[in-house]
This record gives sequence, C-alpha cells and structure tokens, in this order.
Amino acid sequence: MAKRNTIVLFIILAIFAFAVCALVYPLFDREEMRLGLDLQGGIHMVYQADFSDLEPGTEAEAIDGAIAVIEQRINVLGVTEPLIQKQGSDRILVELPGVSEAEKAKGLIGETALLEFRELVEGEGGEFEWVPATATIDGKEKMLTSGYFKENTYVGQGSLGKILLYFEWNEEGSEISGEVTGRLIGQPLAIFLSGEPLLGDDGQPIAPIVRSQITDRGQVEGLSLREATELSQLLNAGRIPVPLNPVYEQTISPILGADFIDMSLLAGLIGVILVMLFMIIYYRLPGALASLALIFYGAVVLAVFKLIPVTLTLAGIGGFVLSIGMAVDANVLIFERMKEEFATGRTLGAAIEAGFNRAWMAIRDSNVTTIIVCVILIWLGSSIVESAPVTGFAVTLLIGVLASMFSAIIVTRTLLRLFVGTPLAKKTRLFSAHREKK
Amino acid sequence: MLNITGKRPLFLIISEIIILIGIIALVVFGLKPGIEFSSGSMLTISFEQEIAQSELKEELVNLGYDDVIIQRTGAGDFFIRTQELTAPERLALEEDLSARFGSLTEREFYSVSSMVAAETVHNAIIAVGVAAVGILLYITWAFRRMPKPFHYGVCAIIALVHDVVLVTGIFAILGAIMGWEINLMFITGVLAVIGYSINNTVVVFDRIRENQRRGVSPDFEMVVNNSLVETLSRSLNTSLTTLLVVLALLLFVGASIQNFALVMLIGIIVGTYSSLFVAPTLLIVWERGEWGNLIPLRRAKTEEA
Repeated sequence: MAKRNTIVLFIILAIFAFAVCALVYPLFDREEMRLGLDLQGGIHMVYQADFSDLEPGTEAEAIDGAIAVIEQRINVLGVTEPLIQKQGSDRILVELPGVSEAEKAKGLIGETALLEFRELVEGEGGEFEWVPATATIDGKEKMLTSGYFKENTYVGQGSLGKILLYFEWNEEGSEISGEVTGRLIGQPLAIFLSGEPLLGDDGQPIAPIVRSQITDRGQVEGLSLREATELSQLLNAGRIPVPLNPVYEQTISPILGADFIDMSLLAGLIGVILVMLFMIIYYRLPGALASLALIFYGAVVLAVFKLIPVTLTLAGIGGFVLSIGMAVDANVLIFERMKEEFATGRTLGAAIEAGFNRAWMAIRDSNVTTIIVCVILIWLGSSIVESAPVTGFAVTLLIGVLASMFSAIIVTRTLLRLFVGTPLAKKTRLFSAHREKK
Repeated sequence: MLNITGKRPLFLIISEIIILIGIIALVVFGLKPGIEFSSGSMLTISFEQEIAQSELKEELVNLGYDDVIIQRTGAGDFFIRTQELTAPERLALEEDLSARFGSLTEREFYSVSSMVAAETVHNAIIAVGVAAVGILLYITWAFRRMPKPFHYGVCAIIALVHDVVLVTGIFAILGAIMGWEINLMFITGVLAVIGYSINNTVVVFDRIRENQRRGVSPDFEMVVNNSLVETLSRSLNTSLTTLLVVLALLLFVGASIQNFALVMLIGIIVGTYSSLFVAPTLLIVWERGEWGNLIPLRRAKTEEA
C-alpha cells in the first residue's frame, strides 16, 4: 500500500513538473497561451452569403470560392493565425487577431477589390467631382473597371526606377478603354478602390493625364512598392463569387484586453488565496494538503489550456476562476466525510479510505451534471454566431471539472496517505477542528 | 439534531415569495435585451479632449440617433449604443463626432444584425431547455434504484426553475433601475448557476439515497432531515469557497464580466438555499401528498384548526 502510494506520488510530481515546464518553456512549439480576440484585440466578422443571384446547386462551390479568395486577401495583410471558416452552409466567419487597421481589413474582405477609373466632371454647382468613366458598347453603358482586366497584374519598375503596376485589358475592356481614353485625351483619369481614390506617395490622388488612346494595356504610376504589391495581389486574388453581407461584427482594441488579463490574474490569485486560507483554517492539515492539490490543479489546467491549445477569452477566464472555487468542492465533500468517520473513532487510515470511498458517489453525480451543462453549452456555442463567450466558458469549465476530480481525489488522497502511520496521524487536532466536541 | 424539514411551511412560503417577486419583476419590467438578442451596434469611443455626456447626447440626437444610449466609461471615454450601423453610417458618425469634438479613437465596435439576434435568442432558449432535460434524465438514472426516481429529477428541476426565476427577476429590476442588459454572458452565467445549483442538490439527494439504503429511519422525513444536517457544513463551505472566488471576479475584473459574476453571486446564494431547503422539502411534500402546504391561505387555515 505504502509503496504503491509512493509510486502514485512520483507520477503526480512528474505531471506537476511537466505542467510547470509546459507553462514556463515553449513545449511542442507553444510559446504563449492562445488568447481570444477579446483579450488581444482584433476583428471578428461574420458574413452572410446572398445566394439569390446564384444558380441552384452552386452555393457550396460559391462559398468555398469566397473563402479561398478571402484567405488570399488576408494573406496580403500578414495577419498571424487568422481564422477563416464556413459557418453552417451560408456564412463565413473571419477572425483576425491583433489587427488594428480594422477598416482596411474589412475593406479587403467584404468588398470585391475593384478598381474603377473615374473622370473629372463639372457638377451642377460648378464643383468638379470624380464620376465613373463609362463607354457605350453595343448600346449598353459600361464602367471602366478592373473587372475587364486580363488574368493577372504585376508590379515592375519603369525608367527612372518608378514603380509601375501593369495590367492588360481583355477584349471587352479594350473596347471600353479605347472609347474612354479616346474621349478624355488631355484630361485626368483617376483610379478608385472601394470608393476611395488611390493615393500616391505624395498623398495626392493618382490621376494621370491621358496622353493617347489606350486599348490593350496600361499601368498605374505613383504607388509605393508596398502599395503596388498589395494592390496587385488583391486584384489577382480574384472576385468573390457571391455577395457577402456582414451580419455580425466586433472590433476590439488590444488595450482593453491587456487590462482585463491583469485584472483577472489578480482576481484569480486573490480567489485562490482566500480559498486556501479558508481550507487551512477550517480543515487544518487536510486543508493545507488540499491547497497543495489546488496549486497542482491550477498548473495542470493552465498547461492543458496552453498545450491543446484552448483559446482563452474573457468568459473562459471567468470559467477558470470559477472552477477554482468548485475544485475544492470534492475535497470539502471528502473531508466532511472523513470528519464523520473520525468522529466514530476510526483511525486516520480507515477514515481517509472511508471518506474517499463514500464521497465518491456524490462527487461523481454532481460533476456529471456540471459536465452535462458544459457539453450543452459547447453544442450551443457551435450553433450560434457569437460563440466565443459561451464556448470559452464551457471548455475551460469542462477541463476544470475533469482536472479537479483528478486533483481532489487522487492528489489529495495520496498526500494524506503519506501521514498514515506517522506520529502526526495521532494528533487528531491537525485533522479535525471538531473531534473533541463530539 | 437540527430539525430542518419540520420548518418546511416556512421554506415553502419564502420560496413562493421569491418566485412571486421574480415573476412580478419579469412581467412588470421585462428583461432588457442586449444587442446580441435585439440587434444593434455598440461603439466604445475615446475622445482626446474631455467632453460632457450631455453634449455628446445632444450631438447624436442632432445627427438623427434619437434612441441612442450613452455611458461614460472614463474621462473622455464613452460607450454608445445605437440601432444597427452599416459600415458607411459608422464612418460618417465617427467623422461627424470628430468634427464636433476633436480627434477620437474607436476602441471597440460591435454590431449584430437582427437575423443573428433572433437566432441567438432561439438557441439560448433551446440550450437552457436541453440542459434541464439532460439533468432530469441523468438524475432519474442516478437514482434509478430508489423508489420513485422520477421524483428526485423533478424536484431538482423545480429548484432550478426557482433559481433561474429569481436571477432573471433581479436582472429585470436592475434593467429597469440601472439599465442593465441581458447579454450572452448573462445566459452563460444562468447556465453556470444551473450547473452549480444542481451540483448542490445532487449532493443532498445522494445522502438521502445512502441513508435510505442504510435504513436510518422508516420515516422519510427523518431520513431527509438527517441527510440535510449531515451535508449542511459541506454545502455551506463549498458555496463559501465559490462565493469568495466570484466576489474576487466581481470586484477586480471590470464591466465585461460583471453580468456573469453578478448572476453567479445571486445564483450561488439562491442555489444553495434551494438545494438545501426547496428540493428536499418538495421531496417530502410529494412523498406525503401535502400539496395543500403549497397554498399559503390553506396552510394558515389548517394551522388555525
């Protein structure tokens, strides 16, 4: 018995050492806890695809195509660990952690990257404004846009080291371009992206003067190398094959998250200290051992969070802090049982075993009900758009409940058994504050 | 030994008052849905210069946002809630505000469409319902060797409904007085309370199961009373340790988790009460068919007689 207990103790110490290592060092390439958007800041968007203009049967293909295009566009931004996935059959979830240029990112996702060529027209009030340059082809008025570009654009350097974005018109494009540029010789032609003019290095709109009729190819001059490259990639990424409308959007500044992490660490720490104090004062030596088990519990749960990895959100931290309070529940159940057994005159060893065995049913049933609630919450989280708080809470609580059953039962019992047969075991006051009264 | 079960008319009347308050609050005030459930947009904006809340409100109303809700969260920081804003509307709003009050930074933006909001309400209701059924089934199974296992499940669920009604009722009152809204953290909190309260109830029921198996007393009320007394310090201690942690959450972690922590705080207290005094009491009432005890007037009459 004692020998087996020693083995179990070594296993526990090994697990604890492993957990601490996992937390301190980057094991399995996990350098940091994975933080949810609400803690590190970023953008969370959900888009609803509008299938109304689509041929029936092509919806799935359109969504997958849209996701592929969004992925390419996001790559341009260089976001670490972006999440782009299908939700249900007609929604796309996009999470961009740590992105601060919210408007830019959303412009990239939600709208089709379409360059529009605009001409300067005098409005009714005598003010000049940029309006889309159009040409009438086969009786239809058509706008001159990058929709008529041939496959790919590319970036190159012209004479004098100028950065140029080259493009080629397709058949229809060259007709429109021919008509527009023929009409506008000597006048400026500006280039707009998502309703905003492209700005050059000098901060002015890029609006070259048309010098001759252009039919086959063209170039955009005045962008920086980075801008030109990004724009080229965007244009090459292609069009999103189905209209996407945002139905849910959350942008969080990282400042809020940083405060929260500090505050919840403090709350967790204070909570743990209060719980330990209570356990030690009320249950004495077993309470102190349960406190050790609680430290083991905390280290193991955090290591599991880091290694799986579990994405920590506000609610997830709430779930974890709450599970600390609940983690000692099994110990309280056991110690109360032990005290009862002690009171009937049993030895420490017998009281420990009886306490643990008889408390087991209650621990099992009460934890199973908590697990049921967690599983339902995780299921709920997978079925709603704004899933982060619910899932985060349920996952951390579930891991917490499972770990607490292990720490409260195996760890505390193993530590308690160490005292069986030692002189300390006779000092009943160490084990129960109330024995004398009974 | 303490006679807890003997005071069951008192517990029943307290619980009836609690439920009544909850229901009245829910009927009179109703719950104030957050944008997850009602759709809309939320902005947290930080102005460089300090401005008065009334000025901001005035400006927003001028811009056509009549039913806007504004809260000051810091020196130049404001929380603004409006109807759902599209991307251009939002940009226009921020430009208008910075034109009037100087440069600003958007800290947070949050927008939920009405379709998503309706789905969230639907799924939250399903989740609470499924959780209740799952618990009922499990408890009936766990107590399957007892006579009338179904009684245990039903009594546990009634105790849960009791807790949920009180928590939502208090939030209805907070909504009316302080403008607190129901959000997903609230629902998460309610589900956590359900899990927590059932946990406590099961511990008491488990002791009843054990004591009845051991044949402690032929009188069911005695069995229940013994079980309650034996588990009392455990129930109170566990609630206390959890309360300590929730209090730490409530005091040290800001508004983002306030709803959750407050639901838990109320839920743990009322859940402990219902686990100790409502669920076991109902078991006895059902066992003995004392349904008349549930009606306060009739109870008063029998006591007079």
